Amino acid sequence: MRIVSPRFIGYASLLAIGLIAPFVVYPIFLMHALCFALFACAFNLLLGYTGLLSFGHAAFFGAAAYATGYAVKMMGLGPAAGIFVGTMAAVVLGSVFGMLVIRRQGIYFAMITLALAQLVYFFFLQSSFTGGEDGIQGIPRGRLLWFISLEDDRKLYYVVLAIFLFGFVVIHRTIHSPFGQVLKAIRENEPRALSLGYDVNKYKLQAFVISAALAGLAGATYAIVFTFVTLTSADWHTSGDVVLMTLLGGMGTVFGPIVGAFAVVTLQSQLSDKVGSLVTVIMGAMFILCVLLFRNGIVGETIGLYRRVVGRRPD
Amino acid sequence: MTEVFGVPVPALLGQLMLGLVNGCFYAMLSLGLAIIFGMLNIINFAHGALYMMGAIFTWIALTQFGINYWWSLLLVPLVIAILGVVVERSMLRRLYKLDNLYGLLLTFGIALVTEGLFRHRYGVSGLPYSIPDAFAGAFNLGFMFLPKYRAWVIGASLLTCFATWFVIERTQMGAYLRAATENPKLVQAFGINVPVMITLTYAIGVGLAGLAGVLAAPATQISPLMGTNLIIVVFAVVVIGGMGSILGSIVTGLGLGLIEGLTKVFYSQAANTVVFLIMALVLLVRPTGLFGKER
Repeated sequence: MRIVSPRFIGYASLLAIGLIAPFVVYPIFLMHALCFALFACAFNLLLGYTGLLSFGHAAFFGAAAYATGYAVKMMGLGPAAGIFVGTMAAVVLGSVFGMLVIRRQGIYFAMITLALAQLVYFFFLQSSFTGGEDGIQGIPRGRLLWFISLEDDRKLYYVVLAIFLFGFVVIHRTIHSPFGQVLKAIRENEPRALSLGYDVNKYKLQAFVISAALAGLAGATYAIVFTFVTLTSADWHTSGDVVLMTLLGGMGTVFGPIVGAFAVVTLQSQLSDKVGSLVTVIMGAMFILCVLLFRNGIVGETIGLYRRVVGRRPD
Repeated sequence: MTEVFGVPVPALLGQLMLGLVNGCFYAMLSLGLAIIFGMLNIINFAHGALYMMGAIFTWIALTQFGINYWWSLLLVPLVIAILGVVVERSMLRRLYKLDNLYGLLLTFGIALVTEGLFRHRYGVSGLPYSIPDAFAGAFNLGFMFLPKYRAWVIGASLLTCFATWFVIERTQMGAYLRAATENPKLVQAFGINVPVMITLTYAIGVGLAGLAGVLAAPATQISPLMGTNLIIVVFAVVVIGGMGSILGSIVTGLGLGLIEGLTKVFYSQAANTVVFLIMALVLLVRPTGLFGKER
């Protein structure tokens, strides 16, 4: 008889929490956190599993949010079509950036993604369709499949949860596929992967585009949830936030980015009324502490502790 | 009046001069980044924050303590360098054995903390700092007016860049430094204190950023946000130039400043982005950068 694995129990209980959560916690907050959780998971696919630090992922998040906002508000598309358009915008942008950025390795990768994201930021700042400093306001949430009104926060929550789960499953499948194994090989030793005959650049580009697409999916959903898009979504602070979420939760772990995203979003929403602009200082201090004290993040350290405890038990 | 492509020559030269001033800051910052990267193998994200601190300390020195520009020029870079020693000894030192991404993340954290603190204290609007009396006014060159302060900034930063180049490429100390960049273990075995050299290198690198901040104080808006906006451009400059050569960083910095100035004249919408576009182009044509070698 097959015994249910602890991993399966973990997934099932998380799903149950996800389903009950909107009855306990404010749905808008949950949707905010879920969007960033998806964003962080997408980012983690690059940093945690391919070893590429992108410091400009807000470009994809922001571009998708703007594309969705524009498609839904100005072109009158429905929310599902709008999210699709947004995600495709991120795919296109991700392909272009990906082809440029995989030409350099290591630390240059981070600097180039940051600079390209800044290019996108200035483009949004100066273009007319983005509304400049004001952004796009009043994006209608509309209806899904003609009968589900997304104006209801709780209904929208379940749609967002479904989108998140879809993204999560895609990432999970990617990581645990032969493709994901090659990505890990590239992370561990790029010259070796190359000498084994893998077209390293092709793999990196594919990982980059998948990551950009899912970051875009998160951004597009974010635009529908909050019914507005501003420059903040493409700002380098947002890129920094997603790095922090992944680092804090644990890079290279499946659940780390989710934990990190919920922790950072909670902190930001709790603290911003109390300490105002000092939130940046707290974010920065968390970066420093994470790098100096627990580089494996909350989930990574917990797994390590669990393994040490279990490993020492003589049985 | 003489015109070039419909732009009056004095206006064109004025913008070019402004571009050159910016280029000087790019050159000084990318030079510091390159020296630090060579020795510590870390990209110092806090570089922009330290430049910002240089400018704000200059302002504080004048308004709170009555220390004038000339003393600031000497003291502020020293203070920033000492801060650099503290940061290197207390934090960066623990990361040398790790992937160099951690250094970037740590210094990013430091940049956020400093920017946040100064923003909390001084807000985001610019702080005024008047040009020192000796540099008030402008030279009349016949074909254009050259504000004396701009001439001073260009002269002083070129001199600083040249001095840095000279120390690294033409002195005994610089030879040790270059050797330690190539092979720290071997240099250590010859009885040279490499950890101290690393600390000093970081201190000098950030001291250059502090000096650039002092020079920038009367020339630009002093604001807590000035550092991060600049550092992202400097990153692009570093990618374009490559970090292999010192003269390369200087030339690339100055050149891109000039190009930015020109863009402001002929197509001002792209002035913010032209450096990033050039970076994309260079990546296509010569991925290792104009003066770079892969390492």
